[in-house]
Parts: sequence; structure tokens; C-alpha cells
Amino acid sequence: MADKVPITLTVNGTKHSVHVEPRTLLVQFLREHLSLTGTHVGCDTSQCGACTVHLDGMAVKSCTMFAVQADGSSVTTIEGIGEIGHLHPLQQGFWEMHGLQCGFCTPGMIMSAADLLQHNAKPSEAEIRHALEGNFCRCTGYHNIVRAVQHASGQIQNQAQAADD
Amino acid sequence: MAEKMFGKALKRVEDPRFITGTGNYTDDIAVHGMVHAAMVRSPYPHAKIKSIDSSAALALPGVIAILTGKDLVGAGINPIPTGWLLPDLKISAHHAIQPEEVNHVGDIVAAIIAETRAIAEDAVALVDVDYDVLESVSLGSTALAAGAVQVHPEAPGNLAFDWTIGDAAATDAEFAKADKIVKLELRNHRLVPNAIEPRASLAEYKRAGDEYTLHTTSQNPHIHRVMIGAFVMGIPEHKLRIVSPDVGGGFGSKIFQYPEEVIVLFAAKKVNRPVKWTARRSESFVSDAHGRDHETVAEAAVMNDGTLLALRVNTIANLGAYLTTFAPAVPTYLYGTLLNGTYKWKAIHAHVRGVYTNTVGVDAYRGAGRPEATYVVERIVSTVARELGMDPVDIRRKNFIQPSEFPYQTPVALQYDSGNYEPAMDMALEKLGYKALRAKQAEMRKQGKYIGIGVCTYLEACGLAPSALVGSLGAQAGQWESALVRVAATGVVEVLTGSHSHGQGHETAFAQVVADELQVPVEHVVLVHGDTARLPHGWGSYGSRSAPVGLSAITMACRKITDKAKKIAAHLLEASVEDMEHVDGKYQVKGVPERSKSFFEVALMAHLAHNYPADLEPGLEATHFYDPKNFVYPFGTHLAVVEVDADTGRTKLIRYVCVDDCGPIVNPLIVEGQVHGGVAQGMGQALLENTVYDASGQLVSGSYLEYTMPRADDMVQLEIGHTVTPSPHNPLGLKGIGEAGTIASTAAVANAVIDALEPFGVRHMDMPFTSEKVWQVIHASQLAQAADD
Repeated sequence: MADKVPITLTVNGTKHSVHVEPRTLLVQFLREHLSLTGTHVGCDTSQCGACTVHLDGMAVKSCTMFAVQADGSSVTTIEGIGEIGHLHPLQQGFWEMHGLQCGFCTPGMIMSAADLLQHNAKPSEAEIRHALEGNFCRCTGYHNIVRAVQHASGQIQNQAQAADD
Repeated sequence: MAEKMFGKALKRVEDPRFITGTGNYTDDIAVHGMVHAAMVRSPYPHAKIKSIDSSAALALPGVIAILTGKDLVGAGINPIPTGWLLPDLKISAHHAIQPEEVNHVGDIVAAIIAETRAIAEDAVALVDVDYDVLESVSLGSTALAAGAVQVHPEAPGNLAFDWTIGDAAATDAEFAKADKIVKLELRNHRLVPNAIEPRASLAEYKRAGDEYTLHTTSQNPHIHRVMIGAFVMGIPEHKLRIVSPDVGGGFGSKIFQYPEEVIVLFAAKKVNRPVKWTARRSESFVSDAHGRDHETVAEAAVMNDGTLLALRVNTIANLGAYLTTFAPAVPTYLYGTLLNGTYKWKAIHAHVRGVYTNTVGVDAYRGAGRPEATYVVERIVSTVARELGMDPVDIRRKNFIQPSEFPYQTPVALQYDSGNYEPAMDMALEKLGYKALRAKQAEMRKQGKYIGIGVCTYLEACGLAPSALVGSLGAQAGQWESALVRVAATGVVEVLTGSHSHGQGHETAFAQVVADELQVPVEHVVLVHGDTARLPHGWGSYGSRSAPVGLSAITMACRKITDKAKKIAAHLLEASVEDMEHVDGKYQVKGVPERSKSFFEVALMAHLAHNYPADLEPGLEATHFYDPKNFVYPFGTHLAVVEVDADTGRTKLIRYVCVDDCGPIVNPLIVEGQVHGGVAQGMGQALLENTVYDASGQLVSGSYLEYTMPRADDMVQLEIGHTVTPSPHNPLGLKGIGEAGTIASTAAVANAVIDALEPFGVRHMDMPFTSEKVWQVIHASQLAQAADD
């Protein structure tokens, strides 16, 4: 076991200076050290996307990087994107459109979709499906997930419109 | 009048926790002093364990204990039983940790308990197991062949059971009369269920009281308690609490009682620390029960006018290395009895041989036997149509059981209680624009573009089911369901159900029904499930039984509450009970709204009992155990449109229309969601997913890198409709919808691909229709064509 190394990173706006084993995965750090269990682990080959979080604003699979690689970075998890009373448009969209069933893939799905909408506020159905290729859902057939992202896209545009008016 | 909740597309009340990352799945739970387990698994499909040297692993700092099969056997831990017995079933002991011999890749030979998961996994690599590697067999038909490798000494020739249903002589007689006999050899390949949440278990042991608590990923915590407590470990029921909190999908794979659950419970007592195990996905592939894996020869006897006479089916069902919880039932009573489909076969005979192989155990996977039966029936009916030059729709219409013919006794034991198949089919055809699409298909073929239209008019039996019936067929469990409805003094209604939700939205749909029954606001209803310490005994969720059985129990319990509430209100109003009515959330003297008591007033008085009927018990709660009189029989028509790229062999679903009849719909959002997911899983089997064992018995599709899961861009927006034919025998007329999508869609998509390939002379090919396989048949056809020219 290698010696623990110091890292400093910001998670959901809170700065953490900690010592971790070098082999600690980012997802393990989030779940086990910070008790942010909303980020899930569904596979061991970086395929399922349940562990998706944002690292400095970009979607990453947190099972595929070490916590030490996030040293100095800012991480946003599902717990940081919105909360009851102040839901992110995607959280609202998934709720409105029944975009989840068992809920296990949902946090990763929302974080991947959030990345998409940051880069493409009005994606086509094909663009949504393409953007979510790295996230597995076994419950919904993706049908309502696509509709949830479309719903959120509409909400975001309405908000932008309202801000312009 | 309060708004009726039944039928309303209410947003799910469970969603806020899931969309904010505050769900509570088993692996999310951490308790003080918790240590971790990792499994040493066999890399061989079949081997004798000569010796295990764990000294290096034990020497690793942080390793607390190493358990072997001999430790468990020595401590009196019994093998894991199967929950369904067939006559003359050959059972081989399924130990949680194998003491002597491993029988599939992934079989457990030792368990490491360590301070951290990482240390436990490091230690796995340090355990030196000396194996005497034996020959193995992984395909069912190979295992049955003369001279095959013997998997277990208890099952000569690897035959676990030899089962038949139907009248062989009557079937032969119909075959003798037939104009034509159509034969198909079908492989219904093996699937891995792949709930996205890997299995996990956390065991705690309290020396004070000698009590165990197991948090585990289960669809049916009471079944786990019975199996572990009564059969495997000998723990009295009141000292073993099973909690299945939020569960991330099941699809059947979390019904079964698994070895790791026994191991962590045993270890928790031994090391006197809470012990957690969570599967790596690569472990899930070699330890979660698989699904399907049939090799079938089916023959249909038909007349030239398209009349279906008789069906003869011979199936080899690969059961894997051990009989898991419901394994014997799936390819027999959940398969053979469903071979009648929606048609008026005069006779059917099915012969099923269940076979041991050196592979992961095969058990219920979404649909469990019914998708396999539907695949046989719907493939052969479409093949008959092709060979008679009929439209696949016309042959179905000609042979459907008619609405006036219910109850309908099939030649394979089931008595269908209701059904009306043509309206569902017509609605689906209309939605698709079937005739126009057939014309377009013909036009496209002229331009070298190939689409296929697949038809599947399925029926299923679900809502498992009358206890006496399943008991007579071999079930070692009852199949009733329990409900306890408890009204607090504040009027809040707590509903405790033996059904379990692992994605199905019970917290919402069940609350809708309770809100209507008790005429209370839906947000005053709270559902409790998944904890044996809180609930009456129940049997959990599988076989699309939660609505028809579990919700029926809740409905009946609510009616007991209403009856009692009327008595309390009558007393308070100094009226007779016969004069009371339950209107608009109040109990009132008939036609006199001023003389009424609210639900809250009644609930409060039930708890205070200050002014109370002398002959009535205080309190306002009711328990009901509901045992259905029959299965329920959902049905419908699914139409798939698949495009095949002749240059690359790529198949792509381009449209999908389905019309299902699951009876009255409690919540359309949830019902449609079930259909969406089910269709994706069935499409996945037809086009993408495959479980491949190589010649040496290694699972080569053992991760998501090799096992092709359906992704977002493999699916299209589904076009959905419903007809409503209530079940005649449960209080709300409910039927199940959890499995229908999977049951119907595999056959619909397969029929579409075969239809698309008709110009290439393809009569049948086995799933999955991967680009390579499809390209090969197109290419062969083109070469043959070129040679002819």
C-alpha cells in the first residue's frame, strides 16, 4: 500500500483538503470519503456511465480517474446540480417525463445530459441519443429519457428567453 | 368530490430522492465497524479443488479472515435449495462456497474478509488454489449427447428433469390430418439480465439476542428470509431481518437467494463486524443467474387454408451448473403452458429436458419462460404464413380465440379467463399504417432497400398465482400477497405491502388506489415495502404480480378499513351502519351531508376510543392476505419495423408499434414506462445481446466490452396504444404489464428481420441478428444468385 498523498479539490462548491491512497478512484472518494452516494458504480469497464460527474465543467466517468488526478479541480455531482425546491431543469425534466424507473442510472444520465445541454442547448433527438451512448439504462428503453432531455432543453430556452425579455 | 386518482398520469412520488442523488441503495449504506468481503472465484468451468493455501493472503495487513467451503460445511451451513420441485428432479448441492468441486467459471472457492475492499481484492490474488481441472460442457444439447462430460454424479447424462405437457396422441392425430407440416429449429440464446445496480449485501450480527440483519438487493426479502433462515443457516425467522432498500432494477435476477448473502451473514458473526460485499460488474456476469438458453425443435401441423391444427415442441433447456430458486419452473410451467398463444390449436405436446452444464445457473429473466414460448409460437406462425403465401396478420386473425369463447381451455393446462385479441391487433395495424407500409416495402425492395415488418400477437399468464395451483405444480412457496393498511390518529395512511418495488413505481401507483378506496388525499398515503421486520409475510415482486396480486391485497385491506370506519362514524352520528355511505371523503348518513364525519375524525376516534361502539376494537388498521383464483392474461399486438443494410448487414429498428391490454391502467406513465423498458430488452435480445461460452467453457462475453447492451441510439420512440379487457377475478380487474414488452418484442423484432431478409431466401436464422451474421447470409445469397445468373 503506497503512502497517502495530499490533494485539494472542490466538490459541489466545498473545498476539501485530504489525504488519499493514490489508487483511490474519484468515484470511491466521492462515495466513501464524502458520503456523496448519489454517484453510482454500475460497471468496471467505463461503459455504463452511472458514475458520471462534472470535472471543471466537463462530464467525466469518475470510475475512470483517480482522485489524485482531480487535485486542484472542481467537481460537481448530482447532489450539487440542484435540490428539491431548486431543481436543475434536467432533474425536473426526468421527473415530469418519467425519465427514470429504478433510479440507479439517473444521476449519471442527468450529468451526461447536462454536459450535452451546456454545449448544445437545443439538441435534436438524434443528438440526444448520440450524446447518451455512454450511459446505460435497463429500465426505460431510453424513451422517456430522451423526452426528459427535450423537456429540459425547452425549459432552459424559456428561461433564457425570459431573461432576455 | 375528490379527484379520482385511478388512471391519472401522476408524477412519481419516489422520484425526488432519485433525481437528487439521495436514494438509498444497498451499497450506499455504511455502518460503524464495517469490513468488506471479496470472493475468490474459479477461473475454470469444472475442476476439483485439491488444496487452498491462504497463508500469503492471511499475512496481508488488513485481512481479517478467509472462509472456505469446508468452514461453512463444518459450521453446519446447508446448501442453497431450489424453490420449485418437479417429479424426479435431480438436485446437486449448491454450496455458497464450494468445498470440493467447482462447476462454472465464477463459482466461489473462498471468501476474503478485510478492513477495506481494496485489501480484500488484493488478497484474492494471493490465495493459491490448486485445481485438478476437469473437462467441461457448456451447451445443453452437447451435455445431453451420449458420452458427454458428466457435470454432477447425481444427474446421470446431465438430465435434471424430463417433463412433458399436453396430449401426445391427440397431437399425432392432428399431424396425421395436416395438409402441411412446418418445422423450425430455434435457438433462444442465453442472456445476462444486467440490472444496472450490481448485487450487494451488507450483513450485521448482534451478539445480544443472536440477531442478524441483512441489507440486500432483493425483489422479495421474505423469500430470502425463508431460504436463508429455514433452509441454509437455521436462523429463526424473528432473528433474521432482511431489508431490501432502493433496488436498482431486478428483471428477475434479484429474486434468487445467492451464495454471497450467506457468506456475509456467516462472516459477520464470525468476525463480529458488519460485512459488506458489492459485485464488480465482471462478477455479475459470472454470478447473477442468466436467462433463456433454449434449443428447440418446433413443428406445426396446418391446413392449406391457414388453419392451425397442432404444435409439437421439443426443447432442451440449459439450466447451468446449479438449480437456482425458480429454475425448474421457468422452462416447464412458465413455458410449456404458454405455447398455445392466442390461437385455437386443437392439440399441443411439449417435451422439455432440463440439462446441467458447466455454466452460470439459468433462471427467471424478465418474462421467464413466456418470452421463450412466445418466440416459438410467433416465429412458427409467421413461418407457416410465409410458406402458405398468407399475410402474417391474416393467419393470426383466422386462428384467434374469439371473445365469445372465454373462458377458454387450452390443450396445455391453462384456462384463459378473458381476452379480445382482434381489436388490439387492428389498433396496432392502424397506428402502423400496415397496408401502406407493405406497399412501401415492396417498392423499396425494387430499389435495393430492405425493411421488414414483424408481427407478434402475444398472450401471457402472469400475476403469479393461486397458491394451491402453484403448490400442486411444485412451488415450495405460496403465491398470495399480503397488505397491512394502518391509519394513524392524524389520518395518515401507512400501507405495508409484501410486493417490492425496484423501479415499478409502487409508491405512486399503489397510493393512487388507496387514495381512491379511502377517499383521502394521495399525499397522505405512504407505502412501506422491503423490510421483513415491518411487514406481514409476503412473496415479493416478479411475474408481473404486484398489481394483480399485491395491489388486490391492498384494495381488500382498504375495504376492511372503510367497513370499520363506517361503524365508527355510525356510532358517532347515532345512526345505523346500514344507513351510512362513504362519499367525498366523508362517512355520512345517506343523503344527509350535514350528518357526516371526516376520515380524520373517524381515525382520531378509533385511536382515542372515548366515544366508541362497545363491540368494536379500537384502532384503524387491517391486514389482508389475497390469494388469486387464477393467473391474469394480458395480451396484445406488437409490430416492429427493421431496416437491414444489405451492404453491411446492419439491422436497425426504425419503428415500433405496440398495443397492450393489461386491463384497467392505474397510472399510464408507469404502465408505458414498463412497456418501453420491456421492449428495449426484447429488442436487445433480438439484435444485440448474446452470452457466449467458448469451447473451453470460458464466458467470453463477460463484460460490457463484449456484451452488447442496448444504448439510447439503438431505440426509437415507441408508438403505444392500449385496449382494456379487465380480469374477471380480482377486485380492480388488474392484469400485469411488467414483462409484456419483453415477451412480445423479441419475436416481433425477429419476425421483422426475417421478413426483411425474405428476398435473400432466408427462412430462419437465429438471434442475435448481428451485422456479421446478417451480412453472411446476404452475401451467400448474392453469391448463389450470381452463380445462377
